[in-house]
Amino acid sequence: MSIRIISALVLRYLFLYTRTPMRLVELVFWPLVDLVVWGNVTVFIQKNSDAEFGGFILFFLGAMILWDVLFRAQQGVAISFLEDVWTRNLLNVFVAPVRTVEYLSATFFVGFLRILVTCVVMGLVSWIGYSFNIFQLHWWLVPFFLNLMVFGWSLGMISTALILRWGQAAESLAWAVPFFIQPVVAVFYRVEDMPAWSQPFAWLFPATPIFEGMREVMKTGTMNWNHLWLAAGLNVIYLTIAGWLFVWVLNMTRKRGLLTKFATQ
Amino acid sequence: MSDAPDTREVILEARELTREFDGVKALDRFSFTLHRGEVLGLLGANGAGKTTAMNCLLGLTLPTSGDLFAFGLPLQANRIKILRRSNFSSAYTALPGNLLVWQNLLVFARIYGVPNPKKKIAELLELLEIPHLNKRVTGQLSAGESTRVNLCKAFLNDPELLMLDEPTASLDPDIADKVRKVVRKVQRERNIGILYTSHNMRDIEEVCDRVIFLHKGKIVCEGTPADIVAQSSSDNLEDVFIKIARDGEILDEPKKDPAS
Repeated sequence: MSIRIISALVLRYLFLYTRTPMRLVELVFWPLVDLVVWGNVTVFIQKNSDAEFGGFILFFLGAMILWDVLFRAQQGVAISFLEDVWTRNLLNVFVAPVRTVEYLSATFFVGFLRILVTCVVMGLVSWIGYSFNIFQLHWWLVPFFLNLMVFGWSLGMISTALILRWGQAAESLAWAVPFFIQPVVAVFYRVEDMPAWSQPFAWLFPATPIFEGMREVMKTGTMNWNHLWLAAGLNVIYLTIAGWLFVWVLNMTRKRGLLTKFATQ
Repeated sequence: MSDAPDTREVILEARELTREFDGVKALDRFSFTLHRGEVLGLLGANGAGKTTAMNCLLGLTLPTSGDLFAFGLPLQANRIKILRRSNFSSAYTALPGNLLVWQNLLVFARIYGVPNPKKKIAELLELLEIPHLNKRVTGQLSAGESTRVNLCKAFLNDPELLMLDEPTASLDPDIADKVRKVVRKVQRERNIGILYTSHNMRDIEEVCDRVIFLHKGKIVCEGTPADIVAQSSSDNLEDVFIKIARDGEILDEPKKDPAS
């Protein structure tokens, strides 16, 4: 075993980290997300440790399933785009008579299919294994599902725009972007259990009223319609901004000649 | 070469096309026309501006200034309409490797709205002598097989305008010869206008009716391959290529008349 060779290989990895700062961000980002999410979950459980809460705690499973709706929709857009990059097919698509809106619509539909598969599997496993029936959300499930899916599409377009702008070094954003917002959208805990300073931020995202609504429906059987209107309104804003950002970045990569470089890397 | 003007329809035209990257001109007031049924070779050393030109023509890179027209229409404003009548193949792109050949071709046949796609795919695979690849995994094909499958994709919509970026790069001489012959055959049968880039001068001599040599984004010379050799102080097109790549000029000194 040669120390010289090992040190050369270590040096190669260190060079890689300095050349792609995104890797350094990851080093800090994932542990921070974990810490904040589990910290808030801990606070939430400490504040609600009565007998009633024992039955209510199953909402974690509902939160897991609904979070996956958002995550899979986002992945449907971002990973579909990356599949074209990985297979060096992106140029074939961009020189075919495909409009940007057609390309995005196809990725949205792929996101929808991914959600269906994931939700069926998770729904069945949580029902059989943990007696948690997602259909206890009744018809509320439909607007929850739709709002989270649309928000996932918006995040997918934002992730793809960032990858287009920063190239393959930013690929990990395809997975990371949803987790940037996970700590502040109250997936596993109520907004009021979050640190006070972060609570106003929570209401800037359409996912927050949905997760709040899910807990409300599970606890009381009904929910505040204002939450739904807030989520739908925010989704319109996010979808518009994300679509504009995607088209703007795509045009910028064309102007700067980055598209072909990226697509043939 | 006849000096009579080409009366065939102009299907692709660049006027004073300039593209700058960080102040460096990759294309400098580049103008040309491509006629229906003509194969035009775009030649030059690495960095001469061929790929930039092709990317501008495909709408993948926007020019800094200048105008582009295809089928008489401004390119940017009519991109989708023009792309429906065009196609592209490059040695540097691929079809998704995890799909079967017919699956890849079917996807593009649907994008281009090809009627009876299965029949069309079978015809093209036959034409390119690769019907046996139909059910093969695309990623497991050899370079020669991949090139021919890419050409199938490029011929799917019966394009009137075809852009081929180094289609014979990395092919052995036998497969390269087959690819050249099939490109020429289809081009003649269907009267396609082709813009062709290559570093292989054998390709150019066999396939191209006319060539443009680029150096630092500017046209150095233009004409049939035979005319260019005749104009130059070189003995063949490869020597002309090397001369232009090194000196940016076609001539050292006027060629001596053998009769004098």
